[in-house]
Amino acid sequence: MGSRALPSRARRDFSGAILFICAAALCLLVLLPIGWLVVFAFTGRGGRFTLANFRLLFTDPAFLEPLLTTLVLAVSVSLICCLVAAPMGWIVARTDMPLRRTVRFLVLASFVTPPFLGAIAWELLAAPNSGLLNQLHRALTGAGPEAVLFDVYTLPGLVFVICCYTFPYVFVLVANALDRIPGELEDASAMLGGSAWRTARRVTIPLALPALAAGALVAFLQAMTLFGAPGILALPAGFHTMTTKIWSLFQYPPKPELAAAASLPLLVVTVVLLRAQSAVLGRRGYTVIGGRSGPPRPVRLGPLRWPALGLCLATLSLPVFLPYAALVNAAFSRIPSQPLTFERFTLDHVRFVFLELSATRLALKNTFLLGLLAATSGALLALVISYLTARAAIRGHRVLGFLATAPIAIPGIALGVGLFLAYTRGPVVLYGTLWILLLAYVTIELPAAYQQLQASLRAVSPELEDASRILGASRLRTLRDVTAPLLGPSLIATWCFVFVAVVRELSAAAILFTSETKVLSVLIFDLNESGDLAAISVLGLTMLILTSAVIAAANRVPGLGGGLPVRNN
Amino acid sequence: MQTRNVGRRQVLRAVTVAALVLSVPGRTAAAAAPAPSKVTPDLIEAAKKEGKVIWYTAVDLPVAERIGKAFEAKYPGIDMRVERSGGERIFQRIGQEYASNIHAVDVVNSSDAAHFIVWKRDGILAPYVPEDVALHYPAEHKDPDGLFASWRGWLSVIGYNTKLVKAEDAPRSFADLLDPKWSGKIVKGHPGYSGTIMTATFQISRDLGWGYFEKLSKQKVMQVQSSADPPKKLALGERSVMADGNEYNLFQLKEKGEPVEIVYPAEGTPLIVGPSGVLKDAPHPNAARLLQSFLFSAEGQQLMVDFGGLRSFHALVKEKAGRKPLREIKLMKDDPAAVEKQADEIKARYSKYFKV
Repeated sequence: MGSRALPSRARRDFSGAILFICAAALCLLVLLPIGWLVVFAFTGRGGRFTLANFRLLFTDPAFLEPLLTTLVLAVSVSLICCLVAAPMGWIVARTDMPLRRTVRFLVLASFVTPPFLGAIAWELLAAPNSGLLNQLHRALTGAGPEAVLFDVYTLPGLVFVICCYTFPYVFVLVANALDRIPGELEDASAMLGGSAWRTARRVTIPLALPALAAGALVAFLQAMTLFGAPGILALPAGFHTMTTKIWSLFQYPPKPELAAAASLPLLVVTVVLLRAQSAVLGRRGYTVIGGRSGPPRPVRLGPLRWPALGLCLATLSLPVFLPYAALVNAAFSRIPSQPLTFERFTLDHVRFVFLELSATRLALKNTFLLGLLAATSGALLALVISYLTARAAIRGHRVLGFLATAPIAIPGIALGVGLFLAYTRGPVVLYGTLWILLLAYVTIELPAAYQQLQASLRAVSPELEDASRILGASRLRTLRDVTAPLLGPSLIATWCFVFVAVVRELSAAAILFTSETKVLSVLIFDLNESGDLAAISVLGLTMLILTSAVIAAANRVPGLGGGLPVRNN
Repeated sequence: MQTRNVGRRQVLRAVTVAALVLSVPGRTAAAAAPAPSKVTPDLIEAAKKEGKVIWYTAVDLPVAERIGKAFEAKYPGIDMRVERSGGERIFQRIGQEYASNIHAVDVVNSSDAAHFIVWKRDGILAPYVPEDVALHYPAEHKDPDGLFASWRGWLSVIGYNTKLVKAEDAPRSFADLLDPKWSGKIVKGHPGYSGTIMTATFQISRDLGWGYFEKLSKQKVMQVQSSADPPKKLALGERSVMADGNEYNLFQLKEKGEPVEIVYPAEGTPLIVGPSGVLKDAPHPNAARLLQSFLFSAEGQQLMVDFGGLRSFHALVKEKAGRKPLREIKLMKDDPAAVEKQADEIKARYSKYFKV
């Protein structure tokens, strides 16, 4: 974006061109794989047009059952996440509870945890017979060997595990929105005689509602398209979700037509939901950051401070403390299901992962290289697109917004196939390179990055940008000098978000990797196939440590300030 | 194709199958096997220049990595990368990669011998006969055209956790597993992912009929992917009994002192053969041949047996003391050609019964 060198010309020319390039890139990123999916969904054997795939999809119980399961799963996850994350977000953002910063950090830790790793950790904790919690329960109550307190290999078990690693999405959105609500508005309500409850009902909740709705939507869509946790738990539990069903369609002989058809209903559901969201929220204004605003005023909890903290920490023990304790136990114990004792302690698994497992170093390198590249390009692309749509800067911005959100509806695995089909034949052959993974990651993470930045942009009043424009700056220059710094923390948060999401991503990678382009998530998934839980634990812990280091570094980038979601006021 | 301790029906079937196998028209069928190749200093030198070898294998990861380290120790300067995955997934991966002209794999081992029939038909294997194969392997364990040989053998057995099940209560046959007392206590592998389970499912359904699986699916079975996983779930204590899975993992666990025990089912035990072959378009052709020779050497085979608990077809390799010799076990007959023909149907029927 070299507008500084030629200020007078940039004012008119470059903005349009660069905006156009971004739009074109987006079309390529999103439309190409979706296009292939649609083509394949209507293709029969021999390449002719057919509706047979859909007929099978909606009549065969082998497809209807997973469809229903997925629906139940996604609705439950979305509801539970909102119920848990919204109060927690409020407590952390708007009260004087102690250790708020720590709680935010721990939510981040649960977000950094890939769902498939969380699922494996919960297998260690809550497998009906060997699970540590069930063993503990039997030891404490003296119940017989048949007694099962928790069974993770069930639909509720799967819902629970997905919630553990999806609620951070809702939490971050809600907490950030509440951070931005100026205290004056609430003060005004109080001064005008509004009770605390009335203030909450008439001021705080309506202002946080768009974020909560976005959170509910993201949680629903995440649960619907997630492959990692169902990929670990659904098979032993004896059922399929749509994503695992689609994945099983790639067993030899692969049936990409059927897989494409099976992923289209997910796309339709998403489109409907997104339209509903904009219909509900679109009419109201939510601009809260103008040129002047005070920091939010914390609510005094009084004696409730400590119970509130206790509640937060108890909630966080489910996605963070317990699973990581189980992983540490498995990493150093001779048999993963036995509690670590002095005699059972072993470094064999660590030695195996770092000295014998020949894929470790390559997978680490690929994963972090891709994470950095995808986070940087993804955050920039999302910034430009959300600016275009939030400010209605070009014609057709609605289409751009839709395109940027559409990939969320495509299960990663189906997107993987779309990309696979698109880039295994000429003119550009990318399969077998890291580029195809980069494309997949940017495409998959774009919706979340876009939604985050757009939500932040909506809260930034255009008046500051208008001032910049009136004073003669081009759109791009305004974006760089005014909007981006205002969004600094959100931008860093988005970068971190994409980075973490790339490290977590499994489904597209599972289709697109080759032996030279293997990533950590695929390595862990392969290890899970043969039940090497100890090696998985060592790798998972390594992954967490390295990811945290990268995020800590990103939050210290000068000029952009401490990034969300670690930030506290 | 071996004929071991088998019943008359199996022998009859084996004869039919042998006829079928011989009639499979391979594109390279006309060519005789190439002359046996020694490991020459030239080969080692050329392999070192390539510096790398990539091995796709379905053998359990610790065994694969141990063999990889032994190879690297013997030939310093050659990095060995192990890509372990279930046999059926390896088959899918190679198909996917080769269709896009990506030739990443040097040497391949699958747990489903049927895959080699397909790869041979597709002409993607290179003729290469290590000296050990020519000298020490029985004819039924090498491809007549020299494209592959039986690298390893093992059994898919029943097993149980000795802390959870007393020896006298343990199942002795596949039929025993249908007893309601095992409901919710069984773990088993999946033929869609594991070549071992695919092969075993074929043999069991052939000899006992699909009714067995239909009834087994009503036993609230815990379904896992790899045949290496059921033994590990037994060791965890997650389930008491495994309906199928690798004998060699149970050997390893048992010899480490874990509470697991092997049962050779009364109806016969499925024998699995895992061949190995060099790819024609191997990116490191010399290192690939060197690895293939190492895999079939007495040294490589003995390591595989001693550390891995696998069975060798190499004449000079000794079985480890304390393990039941193969000749004393009643086996079900392996039949890769039939597996190759029925694989899709087996997967479809299996998913119908087990819902996954």
